[in-house]
Amino acid sequence: MTLSLTETANLDALESEAIHIFREVAGEFDRPVILFSGGKDSTLLVHLALKAFWPAAVPFALLHVDTGHNFPEVIEFRDDIVARHGLRLEVAHVQDWIDDGRLTERPDGTRNPLQTVPLLDSIASHRFDAVFGGGRRDEERARAKERIFSLRNAFGQWEPRRQRPELWNLYNGRHKPGEHVRVFPLSNWTELDVWNYIARENIELPSIYYAHDRDVYLRDGMWLTHGPWGGPAAHETVLRRTIRYRTVGDGSCTGAVDSTASTVEEVIAEVAASRLTERGATRADDRLTEAAMEDRKKEGYF
Amino acid sequence: MTQLLRLATAGSVDDGKSTLVGRLLYDTKSVLADQLDAVERASANRGSAGPDLSLLVDGLRSEREQGITIDVAYRYFATPQRSFVLADTPGHVQYTRNTVTGASTAQLAILLVDARKGVVEQTRRHAAVLALLGVPRLVLAVNKIDLIGYDESVFALIAKEFTAHATALGYREDAIVTVPVSALVGDNVVDRSAHTPWYTGPTLLAHLETVPVDVDPHDAPFRFPVQYVIRPRTEEHPDYRGYAGQVAAGTVAEGDQVVVLPSGLRSTVTRIDTADGELTEAVAGRSVTLVLADDLDITRGDLISSVLDAPVPTDEIDATLCWLSEKPLNPGARLLVKHGTRTVQAIVTELVSVLDEQKLSSVDGPDQLRLNEIGRVRLHTAEPLPIDLYTASRRTGAFLVIDPTDGGTLAAGMVGAPLPVLHLDGETANDRALVSPGP
Repeated sequence: MTLSLTETANLDALESEAIHIFREVAGEFDRPVILFSGGKDSTLLVHLALKAFWPAAVPFALLHVDTGHNFPEVIEFRDDIVARHGLRLEVAHVQDWIDDGRLTERPDGTRNPLQTVPLLDSIASHRFDAVFGGGRRDEERARAKERIFSLRNAFGQWEPRRQRPELWNLYNGRHKPGEHVRVFPLSNWTELDVWNYIARENIELPSIYYAHDRDVYLRDGMWLTHGPWGGPAAHETVLRRTIRYRTVGDGSCTGAVDSTASTVEEVIAEVAASRLTERGATRADDRLTEAAMEDRKKEGYF
Repeated sequence: MTQLLRLATAGSVDDGKSTLVGRLLYDTKSVLADQLDAVERASANRGSAGPDLSLLVDGLRSEREQGITIDVAYRYFATPQRSFVLADTPGHVQYTRNTVTGASTAQLAILLVDARKGVVEQTRRHAAVLALLGVPRLVLAVNKIDLIGYDESVFALIAKEFTAHATALGYREDAIVTVPVSALVGDNVVDRSAHTPWYTGPTLLAHLETVPVDVDPHDAPFRFPVQYVIRPRTEEHPDYRGYAGQVAAGTVAEGDQVVVLPSGLRSTVTRIDTADGELTEAVAGRSVTLVLADDLDITRGDLISSVLDAPVPTDEIDATLCWLSEKPLNPGARLLVKHGTRTVQAIVTELVSVLDEQKLSSVDGPDQLRLNEIGRVRLHTAEPLPIDLYTASRRTGAFLVIDPTDGGTLAAGMVGAPLPVLHLDGETANDRALVSPGP
């Protein structure tokens, strides 16, 4: 596909900025880790990390907090990426925390909010001091206030009033023992930038990001599908529709959108014309309250 | 020519800054339906008549509860002409540090004043901070123009007073544009207002779309702080040794002679590598990996520079600090200085002067530098640093001051005296002070 000069210059600048951030972390931290779910933003992170250290290997491990409610296509893709690039993946299974009583299943069955404890436990047990996430500031209002280097206290919590001023491109990663820093190399990317870059770089994604036929049912205004997380209630009708996913998360609360966009170019056209944000369209967890994301960030979620 | 404009906003409390930013997003159709639904619901809950556009940008619950903005928020919007990254910075005195944050990377700043109040103390403070940080262009948005009956004479007086202040800070008159707006009703933000026939200048958005973007000068001397040494030690690349970094200033080309600082050793660039292949040259802002002809001992923290106009490493630094911490700075304080990719210990040997940004004068020999104060200091560093003047290079003339005890960021540091008013007796004012060397 052809990008305009404006878009090319914009993507070059965003790529250089992200590579600079990866290298700063490699230079200043002892045990960084990339959060990798197989979703498009974390796949982009891995792609940029590979570029930042080429021709050497990525000097970080990957971590996936696995809710057990994943789309099988995404897990297969995740494992394929890890194997293809010789990466090291740690998996924290939420199920293990439920089995030994450290977590309790929620009545609504959704496991997205349950990721926080396994994430913080894994950061502590592996002594990770820098944790890369694929968060973008265009996603949500609380994220718009996030730093690129975001200091978390010993409880993993985000304290908006304690955030350091972030000046020029001089990042301050100093932290006390037990604290860690969340790092967001994609902070300045928009959803459209991500897709334009995926197209330009021919980045492979899990197939569910593109249009396909699937059995779905309507709940809270979203198309959900059955899976390890459960299925439709008695009153919910299952329909076969042509859909795709704009975000990939816990299957119990990640909705699909009606779409016939089966190629990256068609997805770009669809995103550019969309009247809904990707989280508003597809994530029940962000609709809970006006400050849903802010509350979860304060607890140590991304 | 780049079509990305990085801008910052600044204003004092209740000037309607969040509403203005909300208006820019709303009128450029950058707000999607679900965001607007959420704002309309929240506005109705608060008993507002129409959608309160400030709710689009006030992100944190405490901000919405108090109706104020606490932290810098980044916004992204685009028009067919240009993409914008907007750092929306709060106006309270105690959050001046956020204005510094937004200004450090901005190519343009929008300063807001309330037409009923005109230029206030906080406006003068913000203008001084923007000038100090080297933001090359200013827009004064005279907001709530509807509340003074679209009175041209009031607008003209405010414009005149502000221009006098900004030119005293070193701005050229053609770097300042003043626009009469009403963020609430939309006058002259995106759409031209029928109520201000006397105003012939551009609307705010039209100006943002057409103002020249001051980009990193590619003809400046080459500067490259080494971030990381890449040594794969694989079968394919047994002896590869590359220096990874982002070009901070100037341009590097294959075959260029370079000097490594602080060691002073010289070599030649044999390759400019990226994962997508070799480049023949790389300009400021580009992340690359340099391979040199000679096997030198180079580590993170070193600076690779052009041989011509190379900085002379020094351990005595004359600098201006914007103090951002509640802990005041005392003479003799021990600090950390992060310059480029190197962090060194430093002692404050002298507090030379502190800026009075209201009177645009400086007071010599202050006993302390307190939160939000701007002062000129002398530092002695444990190791020599290859610094540039901030007015010559915004990247390699800047440094962070870090608290060695808790790791917090204490100050924004700029080498030299970027404001004319901070110059000492007998010094000539640097007329390049506000020619931006790029973000």
